[in-house]
Amino acid sequence: MSVPETLLPTACATPPVRFERGQREVFCGLTGIVWLHRKIQDAFFLVVGSRTCAHLLQSAAGVMIFAEPRFGTAILEERDLAGLADANEELDRIVGRLLERRPDIRMLFLVGSCPSEVIKLDLGRAAQRLDRAHAPGVRVLSYSGSGIETTFTEGEDACLAALVPAMPQASAAQETQLLVVGALAEIVEDQFRRIFAELGLRNVAFLPPRRAGELPPVGPNTKVLLAQPFLSATVAVLERRGAHRIPALFPLGAEGTTGWIRAVANAFGIAAARVTAVTEAGERRAQRALEGLREELAGKRIFMFPDSQLEVPLARFLSRELDMQPIEIGTPYLNRDLLSAELALLPAGVPIVEGQDVEAQLDRCRAARPDLTLCGLGLANPLEAEGLATKWSIELCFTPIHGYDQAADLAGLFSRPLARRARLRV
Amino acid sequence: MELALWTYEGPPHVGAMRVATAMQDLHYVLHAPQGDTYADLLFTMIERQGRRPPVTYTTFQARDLGSDTAELFKKSCLAAYERFQPSALLVGSSCTAELIQDDPAGLARALKLPIPVVPVELPAYSKRENWGAAETLYQLVRAFAGPAATQPRDPRSCNILGPTALGFRHRDDTREIRALLEGLGIRVNVTAPLGARPADLARLPEAAFNVILYPEIAHSAASWLQRTHGQPFTRCIPIGTIGTREFLAEVMQLADLADADVSPEALRAPWYARSVDSNYLHGKRVFVFGDATHALAAARVATEEFGFTLVGLGTYSREFGRDIREAAATYNVPALVTDDYLAVEARITEAQPELVLGTQMERHIAKRLGIPCAVISAPVHVQDFPARHSPQMGFEGANVLFDTWVHPLMMGLEEHLLSMFREDFEFSDQAAPSHLPQSSQPAPAPAVPLPAAVATGWTPEAERELMKIPFFVRGKARRNTERYAADRGIGQITVEALYEAKAHHAR
Ligand code: SF4
Repeated sequence: MSVPETLLPTACATPPVRFERGQREVFCGLTGIVWLHRKIQDAFFLVVGSRTCAHLLQSAAGVMIFAEPRFGTAILEERDLAGLADANEELDRIVGRLLERRPDIRMLFLVGSCPSEVIKLDLGRAAQRLDRAHAPGVRVLSYSGSGIETTFTEGEDACLAALVPAMPQASAAQETQLLVVGALAEIVEDQFRRIFAELGLRNVAFLPPRRAGELPPVGPNTKVLLAQPFLSATVAVLERRGAHRIPALFPLGAEGTTGWIRAVANAFGIAAARVTAVTEAGERRAQRALEGLREELAGKRIFMFPDSQLEVPLARFLSRELDMQPIEIGTPYLNRDLLSAELALLPAGVPIVEGQDVEAQLDRCRAARPDLTLCGLGLANPLEAEGLATKWSIELCFTPIHGYDQAADLAGLFSRPLARRARLRV
Repeated sequence: MELALWTYEGPPHVGAMRVATAMQDLHYVLHAPQGDTYADLLFTMIERQGRRPPVTYTTFQARDLGSDTAELFKKSCLAAYERFQPSALLVGSSCTAELIQDDPAGLARALKLPIPVVPVELPAYSKRENWGAAETLYQLVRAFAGPAATQPRDPRSCNILGPTALGFRHRDDTREIRALLEGLGIRVNVTAPLGARPADLARLPEAAFNVILYPEIAHSAASWLQRTHGQPFTRCIPIGTIGTREFLAEVMQLADLADADVSPEALRAPWYARSVDSNYLHGKRVFVFGDATHALAAARVATEEFGFTLVGLGTYSREFGRDIREAAATYNVPALVTDDYLAVEARITEAQPELVLGTQMERHIAKRLGIPCAVISAPVHVQDFPARHSPQMGFEGANVLFDTWVHPLMMGLEEHLLSMFREDFEFSDQAAPSHLPQSSQPAPAPAVPLPAAVATGWTPEAERELMKIPFFVRGKARRNTERYAADRGIGQITVEALYEAKAHHAR
């Protein structure tokens, strides 16, 4: 693979970044509903879209196991488009019936899709109207998960950004609050809660909350810590409400988790000795758990297709803690600001490709013959059939991977495909 | 607007993808936003295809709207042509592109590519996956089926129409039916779309008649071939022993062959159904739901070849709703034509069947209700692409049906022994068939309460007495008793009433 000379870094501070435009092979932001609805346990996600949107959700959810899932699609039909039916009346009718059937729902998201956006259905206004109509029992909010506006994890960003205006104002007199932002598995959230408590932080909140009624307050006394790298819009609206972001590594791997916690400690002026006391055990546990995996993965070359925006922190983790060798880091979007600490730790000279041209990427991937390829579900089996080992990237969003005690699970996602290939004799 | 929680069919362009992916040497350029690329995983993950579907998505974004989406479409067509060198191009829009009205047909034509370009217009806001597949096949056949054959046709030649990628057992059905036809000395001229190239479609008119396996997909193409090329097509669906025999009789007639009895030695299903062990299958209450073709066939096989009792019949194929209603009337059961999964669940709950024959969706419903279930129709799941040859059609298909429908049930002798020893302390009402894992045990509490349990009052003694009745007939006993009570205005069901009802129903 060749990188235009002009883009090669003069000093290693900024890795080479190339922008690519062509066919993209990434899900749209609707996909986030699959994990968000499990996180906020009394929320319902109503996509206003087409049969395609409904089918995407169903296919991404993979398993059709829920009796009545807390997500659904209001499918636009010909009469809605022809203006024979008033879209707003239709929406009111569907929402009314839905809430009647599901009295357990406390928060309803109207989620915009490509079709709703192209026909300029104003879901923001619809949400306001429905919010008034169903107050105080149910909050109604809206955001866009459309494929023309959002790529995969940007759906979560849009959803969390929509929650921010609904958050109460934190009183200025209150103790400084740490707000951890980004959907995390409950088990991980609880681990982090314990760590922050040990640091002596008494005012810690998480966004999104587990229940609609538990939206944390926000204000100038709020310090924001991102748990996920793809939350630029959410950060922007939080900052508008006076909050300050703590720049940090992301809590992937032992080093990432310690860096993340240290950044908090610095921001809150906590003594270094205390931080070490709190992080030491977890860090050592993670490192020990990673040892065997490092033996398996060291020196292995990995090619990363763009997918979740987790690629940069992942490449940092894989290269620094497992001695893997990233040969191309694809990302649908690169937020240099949020990722500055991460970018500084990447091995020198690894090309970062922002955007996507899937055919060109496949050509480069085939030519490079990496030991492992991180890619989406549409590409994995075809690449396997060509003899390339793959890891599906969507698992990174469905599995707990953050924090010390998940570091080995995260590494395991990458070692398993290789171990399996080594074992199979057929 | 219509609220959908789960859908039985995808959008119509997924149907077009199923056709394009089944074929060779054809490429589909789909004007669509990036999220629509999810459809690739249906083929690569569910069907485990080792190649990407031959589909290029334009993946336009908001910033392209109003400026250069049309240009992007042209660029994508050109790039796809150059990279994949197909012998024909299929072009069309997904739901979003339909709204921006870029006219893929005109744009692609303007490129003056040296290969045929076939546009497919699939109204995404009124039609669905199977319709999309049918329309695509029809448009391709129209575009490529050459002029009527000049030489007289060999009466012993046919085409097989209908099998696609991602079809429920299409791969295996095709192999099975092809072998049956060849066994009769009938040559299969072209199979389409599965495995066909556009050039093969040009040879379609050379055959004497068409065999259509899946009317949902092949009917419109076959009708056009009949009108335009005078090729008759088959109506019988070769599912089950009787269905297969009728199909072969029809084929022999179309091929000008003398009627012959073709029952291979390997056909075991009819004997298995007659063997004494199968007495225990007798009258089992079965609920059938699926696409129209498979649901109709399953209803017939269930009643005529298994001796089951049909308690419900339905389909999500609205286009074939009439057929289902007519059939349901002959079985004297209510018909259900809907793609509302909750409506299906409610109907199954109400019908209290002992076996559900349905799609993957009904499998989940049945699992929740603790009812055995076998899958007979798409929508498909990764399990519906077994490694072994496992057709639904033909004589081997009849064997497969016997195995797969009986499998979730208690084996006859086992059921008998359980009822003999049910008083023993080791006996547990919750015992699952011994060949099935524990997880297939009935769920402790059905999501929806059995309607009868709340409607009528049972005295605690009667409830306890009811629990002494073997669990596999308990549902029936409860229903019969409650009906008896309701008819007579008995508010409280006592032990007395239970046995009164039993005596009444025994008459
Ligand atoms: S890309 Fe657009 S049309 Fe397609 S599933 Fe996503 S929101 Fe729906």
